[in-house]
Amino acid sequence: MSPIGAALGAASAAAGAGALAGLLLPLRVRPLAAGACTTAAGAAGVVAGVAALGGDSWSVRLPGLLPLAGTHLAVDALSGLFIAVAGAVVAAVAVYGIGYSGHGATGAGSRGVQALLPLFAWSLLLVPAAASVSTFLLLWELMALTSLLLVLAEHRLRAEVRGAGVWYAVMTHLGMVSVLAGLAWFAADAGGETFAALRAGADQLSPGVRGAVFVLVTAGFASKAGAVPLHAWLPRAHPEAPSHVSALMSAAMVNLGCYGIVRTGFDLLGGGPSWWWLAVLATGALSAVYGILQAAMSSDLKRLLAYSTTENMGLVLVGIGAAGLFADRGRPELAALALAAALLHLVNHSAFKALLFCAAGSVVHATGERDLDRLGGLRAKMPATAGLFALAALGAVALPPGNGFISEWLLLQSLIHGLQVPGVATAVVLPLAVAVIALSAGLAAAVFVKALGVGFFARPRSEEARRAREAGPFMLAGMGLLAACCVALAVAPGALGSGLDRAGTAAGLAGAPVLDDGTGVRLDAVSAKLVPVWVLAALTVALLAAVGVPRLLRRRRRRLRARLWDCGGGAPTPRMAYTATSFAEPLQRVFDDVLAPEQDVDVTHTRESVYLVERVRFQRRVPDRVEHRLYRPVLDWAERAGEAARRLAPGSVHRYLGYGFFGLVALLLVLAVGW
Amino acid sequence: MSALGYAAIAAQAGAVVVGAPLLTGWMRQVRARLEGRAGAGTAQPWRDLRKLLRKEPITAAGTGPAFRVAPALLVASTLVVAALIPLVSTATPISGHADAILVVGLLALGTVTLALAGLDTGTAFGGMGSSREMTISALVEPTILLAVFALSIPAGSTNLAAIISGAAEDPARLASPAGLLATAALAVAVLAETGRIPVDNPSTHLELTMVHEAMVLEYAGPDLALVELGAQMRLTVLLGLQASLFVPWGIATAGDSWGSLLLALAVLAVKVAALGALLAAAEVFWAKLRLFRVPELLAGSFLLALLAVTASYFLGTGGGIL
Repeated sequence: MSPIGAALGAASAAAGAGALAGLLLPLRVRPLAAGACTTAAGAAGVVAGVAALGGDSWSVRLPGLLPLAGTHLAVDALSGLFIAVAGAVVAAVAVYGIGYSGHGATGAGSRGVQALLPLFAWSLLLVPAAASVSTFLLLWELMALTSLLLVLAEHRLRAEVRGAGVWYAVMTHLGMVSVLAGLAWFAADAGGETFAALRAGADQLSPGVRGAVFVLVTAGFASKAGAVPLHAWLPRAHPEAPSHVSALMSAAMVNLGCYGIVRTGFDLLGGGPSWWWLAVLATGALSAVYGILQAAMSSDLKRLLAYSTTENMGLVLVGIGAAGLFADRGRPELAALALAAALLHLVNHSAFKALLFCAAGSVVHATGERDLDRLGGLRAKMPATAGLFALAALGAVALPPGNGFISEWLLLQSLIHGLQVPGVATAVVLPLAVAVIALSAGLAAAVFVKALGVGFFARPRSEEARRAREAGPFMLAGMGLLAACCVALAVAPGALGSGLDRAGTAAGLAGAPVLDDGTGVRLDAVSAKLVPVWVLAALTVALLAAVGVPRLLRRRRRRLRARLWDCGGGAPTPRMAYTATSFAEPLQRVFDDVLAPEQDVDVTHTRESVYLVERVRFQRRVPDRVEHRLYRPVLDWAERAGEAARRLAPGSVHRYLGYGFFGLVALLLVLAVGW
Repeated sequence: MSALGYAAIAAQAGAVVVGAPLLTGWMRQVRARLEGRAGAGTAQPWRDLRKLLRKEPITAAGTGPAFRVAPALLVASTLVVAALIPLVSTATPISGHADAILVVGLLALGTVTLALAGLDTGTAFGGMGSSREMTISALVEPTILLAVFALSIPAGSTNLAAIISGAAEDPARLASPAGLLATAALAVAVLAETGRIPVDNPSTHLELTMVHEAMVLEYAGPDLALVELGAQMRLTVLLGLQASLFVPWGIATAGDSWGSLLLALAVLAVKVAALGALLAAAEVFWAKLRLFRVPELLAGSFLLALLAVTASYFLGTGGGIL
């Protein structure tokens, strides 16, 4: 048996044991046992994924496991990449989860959550390994259902959780229907439902059918990836889930939406015309800018992170779209570069976003607050958590020497050099895509300066923040694992080079663009070079010089403490400090036309005179405009349709019998006339 | 060669550190003379720095590590940029790493650390300054990267050494519409990045108009010296880069001798001093824009950069990528 099969088998066994442990063991040992099993499953997933990235492949057919179709599993390098990422996130987050959920029988520590988490983790590992339509859809649905139930874990504690659950349930299933319809149509026309049969039969499909299949499948997968305008579930479900579940969803589950697009678009359908990929690119660009703008406006820490997920998935989709475009225009080496950039960004995003959600979870755990306006001063109370959040934020803002910089650099390089591809479409689209990436990177810097500076720095703005305590050892250990991943990706991305090439080859885009040069990234397809270790070393040397030289010149060595500048008006209170809302105000004004904030000023006059004001109430909200314009009308329409339908059912038995009679007669008439 | 290359790196970094306060002094002097004042002399910023460096370090109460480390990190990131970009020579041992996107990222790193330090003080001024600074820097980013894009098209690479040595060999690139538009776009971006009029006023202390000064209000002593030096170095580096990109002559190339290195240093000083004098003279006649008019200026520069990229595609500058 190949190492991949053995590892996936071990992961399944560990996940099963974890589910049983979560269900049966008493509360005292439940989180530890279930968490240990889930960690083992994740570690086994990493082993399987790394083996596949190393060039191994594996496939198996289990005819007895499912009626009619049987189960088909296959792992190539592309699957391996997603399995490895999911496995690493699962392993670290499971360690974190032991500490996070060990504080009560409701919510994260409950029997249901502890039993479901291993199953969710298992489905994350197995979805990329599915090799037939029925197996894929079954695992996809298992992933959707387990994650839905996990989102609902804290429904007893907060009423908003239920609303989030309904949104998620509806949208994930609409996405599922879209994917199901697309893949079923594909399978029917290709003459088989295994991925091998789809691959073989893809050429016989008419262009119209291919386009329709791609649109249906991509719509479903894009909604899972949180792409605008199908993102509405994401900023609701991710914040309301327990934080370790948020981390799994944001760092492992949304990836699979991108996996689905790459797998069907490149591998199964074998590429397609430019308009497919221009649509993907446009969706990605819209998601990137809109997502990060909403994150800039958000003062809820976890909601901000969720919107940032939309942004990063948007960037990945830009890379995927560019790859498809270049492949269609006959430049496979540039296509492979763009796809490698997209996949590397996906890996980087998983590392820093899992860490960000875990750190946010520690804050919620310690303070019970997610509102940045009520946090602050946490760096003194929770130094390790603050440091880890800062490390992850450095990755998220895509600045050197963070890990996000490397993948955004690759993405920019692929787009800049994509101008070699002839055609007016590329000449117009690529500069705009570069501008979109730049704008989203700039806004991301503002977003994470806000999250870190307002949430963790300055002084506490509430009693809860003042009483915060550092996270426990398990939580810190889990976050430490994720931080190690971030650092490794930031320092030695070249180690991933050959694996990324194999993943691209598995997707049908051969070429060896990202050469493994030990530590750096050197692109042979284009003339560019980046050695992150060098950047880090240079910064360190310069920093030592900048700290050391003034110290030598200084005559008085002792550091004095002094009061803050208070304009002579007494010590500044925390209420005077900038909040997240005030920090975002200039950006909100600049993007007024896009965000359309709602403002409400309510003036109450005194009874004696209208010239005297008793009370002024000011309220400003920045609603999700896409949701407002796109979903609200549909929901209103559905509600009105429901009202109208209710008039058909007044409760009279005679009326219902009448419906039955007329319905039957109408059916018989149709049959008599039609046949 | 190698010794010459390392000497070039040291010369660049040293010139930027030593020259940055002198450039600021020179610009203030030009401005003072144009306004009919005598001025404090070109070396005054150096005297200020010496005074500040000798004072005892002061930490404001309630601030944390971000506040302490930000000045040094600002100087460090600018120092790396100064060593990296081809100001004096295009053939240093590290010129292969001088990627334009990396340079943009390193400069943004300095901005972000200072903004975090502003928030770390927990005062209204600090938060206000960093909020405004991050807003402006987010809006500048697209302009800068599109200008980089436009410049990289003829050279076929985002490597600054390749761009500059290519432009020195083929001056037609600079006079092309793409080159001119990119120059204009980058000039506006440089004004915004260095906090000059009309985006920010470096000599203001009025809370309604402060951006950079509000962020660094709590700094004193040697920390303030580093912040001042960092800001001055950023200005020098960006003006030097602008000069190298669009007047690429005089920069030493591979195979040049010690003499040409010295010549390149002198030429750099002249170019940067001329640009600085131009900027100082322009500032006498300009007024600072309202904060919420700044996005209009930046949108204009973004448009120029976009035009630069599309112009270079449709008009075809030849060579390189196309």
